[in-house]
Amino acid sequence: MTLEALLVVAAALFGIGVYGALSQQTFVMIMMGLELMINGAILAAVSLWSIAAGGPPKGSLLVVVIMTVMAVEAAIGFALIVGIYRIRKADMTEKVKRLRG
Amino acid sequence: MTDRSLPVDVAFWILAAASVVSAWRVFRADSMVRAAYWLLASFVGVGMILVLLSAEFLGLVLLLMMAGEMTIMAVFMVMFMMNPAGLNPMTMVHQHRMAVTAGVGAFLGLAAVGLLAEFPIRPVTASEPTAELGVELLGDSMVVFQTAGVALLATMIGAVAIASRRGRFGDAQEGSEPPGGEQ
Repeated sequence: MTLEALLVVAAALFGIGVYGALSQQTFVMIMMGLELMINGAILAAVSLWSIAAGGPPKGSLLVVVIMTVMAVEAAIGFALIVGIYRIRKADMTEKVKRLRG
Repeated sequence: MTDRSLPVDVAFWILAAASVVSAWRVFRADSMVRAAYWLLASFVGVGMILVLLSAEFLGLVLLLMMAGEMTIMAVFMVMFMMNPAGLNPMTMVHQHRMAVTAGVGAFLGLAAVGLLAEFPIRPVTASEPTAELGVELLGDSMVVFQTAGVALLATMIGAVAIASRRGRFGDAQEGSEPPGGEQ
């Protein structure tokens, strides 16, 4: 378990997340892509914390902040999905080409 | 990571392969509910790797969070999406070629950074990183912890406000399209 291997795995997770967020049409699947990107970011941050930075307790706070971002993203994302479904009956990006109220 | 024994390496490679493969399966599953559980599998793999990296607390918190979140996501799939059971093949993608290019480009760029950059080697020295993190969270870095808590509170209020049926100035659905009205 080397730092290089860990960072390559994190890069693979991030790359798959980028692909998913850009290619999927359904809102929930786009959110899954975003979650995968954050997954890769967490893995990279903890790898560097654990192997390259000597494991200072302050370093873990970055991961706590990233996890907060993940929870915020999921909650607001679901709320937006509910809102746009209620108003436009849209569950795919193609159905909201017109954003005006 | 001070312990570089063979079982840790074997476990790491199995978990890494499992998390990357299940991440890929997320966008290849025919059912969105299955996609949510593939994503959960990917997070389980990463959480276990974090435990191997002596970040036990963060790894287990990740597992706990994602188990709850993916269950909610699966419920959302059943509520909103067509074909939740995966009875028909499902490929709903747009700008596929550009997305593949961007994904591969992001992977190659980040992997190049990971492989080419010179990082110092300083393994974890603390004997009990979890206890140190707890003291840090409720000691010197309490502001960060509190800020995260307030941000989550604001998120809860905001999510309720966005999803609410009735807004402050009347019906939130006023001016909305009837079902099937938007082409």
